[in-house]
Amino acid sequence: MREVLEGSHAVSEAVRLAKVQVMSAYPITPQTHIVEALSEFCEDGTMDARFICVESEHSAMAAVVGASTCGVRTFTATSSHGLALMHEMLHWASAARLPIVMAEVNRALGPGWNIWMDQTDSLAQRDTGWIQLYCENGQDVLDTTLQAFRLAEMVNLPVMVVLDAFFLSHTYEDIDVPDQKAVDRFLPPLSPRIQLSTQNPCAIGQMSPPAFYTENRHSIQAAMEQVQGRFENIQEEFEPVFGRKYAPLEAIECEDADVIMVMAGTAASTCREVISDLRSQGEKVGLLKLKMFRPFPTMLIRKILGDTQKVAVVDRNFSFGVSGIFAQEIKAALCNHDNHPPVFGYIAGLGGRDVTPDILKQVYHMTKTASFPKEDGVWIDLNN
Amino acid sequence: MTQFNIPDTDYMYPGHVGCPGCGATIAMKFALKGLGDKTIMVIPACCWAIIAGPHPQTALKVPILHTAFETAGAASSGVRAALDMKNDTETTVVAWAGDGGTFDIGLQSLSGAAERNEDFIYVCYDNEAYMNTGVQRSSSTPYGARTTTTPGQDWKQTRKKNIVEALAAHRIPYAATASIAFPEDMIQKFQKAKEMKGGTRFIHVFATCPSGWRVSSEMSVKIARLAVQSNFFPLYEVEHGVKYSLNYKGDRPVEDYLKAQGRFRHLTDADIKEIQKMTDEDLGLLMRKAEI
Repeated sequence: MREVLEGSHAVSEAVRLAKVQVMSAYPITPQTHIVEALSEFCEDGTMDARFICVESEHSAMAAVVGASTCGVRTFTATSSHGLALMHEMLHWASAARLPIVMAEVNRALGPGWNIWMDQTDSLAQRDTGWIQLYCENGQDVLDTTLQAFRLAEMVNLPVMVVLDAFFLSHTYEDIDVPDQKAVDRFLPPLSPRIQLSTQNPCAIGQMSPPAFYTENRHSIQAAMEQVQGRFENIQEEFEPVFGRKYAPLEAIECEDADVIMVMAGTAASTCREVISDLRSQGEKVGLLKLKMFRPFPTMLIRKILGDTQKVAVVDRNFSFGVSGIFAQEIKAALCNHDNHPPVFGYIAGLGGRDVTPDILKQVYHMTKTASFPKEDGVWIDLNN
Repeated sequence: MTQFNIPDTDYMYPGHVGCPGCGATIAMKFALKGLGDKTIMVIPACCWAIIAGPHPQTALKVPILHTAFETAGAASSGVRAALDMKNDTETTVVAWAGDGGTFDIGLQSLSGAAERNEDFIYVCYDNEAYMNTGVQRSSSTPYGARTTTTPGQDWKQTRKKNIVEALAAHRIPYAATASIAFPEDMIQKFQKAKEMKGGTRFIHVFATCPSGWRVSSEMSVKIARLAVQSNFFPLYEVEHGVKYSLNYKGDRPVEDYLKAQGRFRHLTDADIKEIQKMTDEDLGLLMRKAEI
């Protein structure tokens, strides 16, 4: 059924359809609409689930870790400082191989306090063992959340569904909300092999001495290496039923492009228009939209970007002392590719500042006219 | 000869990696005798995270979820919620944490769970410092004690946090103290807590740490008994935050308890007098609440 929904409620609808059994969350702007709707679903009986209103995000993740270990489907949502507070438990969830799904609304970190769009919060969690999927629009948010449960439960790893603060979380769009029966077929009830139960007593998460630790970590990486293929398999199941499909990376007009612009989230929507305008003016420009950031689809990146002339990465995030985080990762992915193109890094749209078509055009022209990047990151929208 | 009424069945395997005389290990043995095998233990970082044994072994016959230091209250809430969703109302969820994980780093998560009146038993086995990491002070370390972070003349100059009062203030159905030196009382309290389903139950177990307290291992139970006999650690229960019952009234001076331990060896007679005053004051408050 088509409904006009804000991005936050697209998440809530997906969680309802996924028949999540235990949820736990702590309020933080701009995540609150997600959990408010879920609380209402529990209250009015739309969902048969427990919602644990904990006293912090750290406890939210600890609660879903506890619940997930018992073999039920779990969900939480957070943003920014909340995600930072959860950091320890993010490691716990992935190393315990728990298929927890979390909606993470990209928001800036303080100080100064800033509730607006910024990717540094989620990207700072890149080493925690979570799959990260970035969304571009409301439909993408709903579908990605549904797919996240399927993916998490296939590989026994937690998934972070990342959506832009306000540009997605609080923006209303026309969204197709799938039918429950169709979702039930796509997402069967969860029944993991290992669960905490008095029927089969075992110790979970205990001391892991040097003789075992490396193998445990390697098994997480082995699961990560399956993710891209599994994600592609999921599309084969998803598309015939729901009529939509997604790729780990989306290449738009990249085949003959001399400059390929790279970004994630709603900025990619703006960039689609920019590409179209520039193409109509005869410019050979393409867009690579990043959806899957962890695991990083290195081989696919090399295939799409390896033989173009120049790459321009737009980061709405920053790693102090280095550069934008996507740019770092793209460079690392390309460095073992023969004759790889130079990677130009641009910082734009931090803390809710708009990434406008003009800025993206400026990024394109600067990249086109420069022969080689003079610095790791150009702060393109810096006020003088 | 005294005949103890203690169930025979053990839910611990013969082997574990606790230190000789470890009070925390004795505490687990008695607790499980009261709880039985339909129990899930949630253990944050604490001595028991080690005592239970490394992968692929376990010292317990019941399932264990090991979790991060400050999460016993929240992780247990999640386990309970999941069991409820699976219609398993029979299993008792037990958070089993040390004093650091309860009084300090885990207090927020515990308070959150207690305020929500989550349906589980939270046990703090209290050895009055961070023993697992080498005897650093916690907010459970008593006034006068030396630890590795309150060494020499910088012995701890503030009082032990009264955790049972803090929990009773949450108006949870049951908060009680227990001691490894009073096994019948302790097992009875665990059985009682197990029967009281539907809310948060808190049991504060006094558990001697011979290596941290500088006593020989065979003194472990005797020291715990002296703590109760001197009213340093009174045995009592609080129901719904208001109904207090004192289970035992000691009549020995705290000096007997303090002098038996290396961690208090430096105290002067004046210091001991001061501690006796504090102990009397605490007991007086407790007796007033128990209407004795």
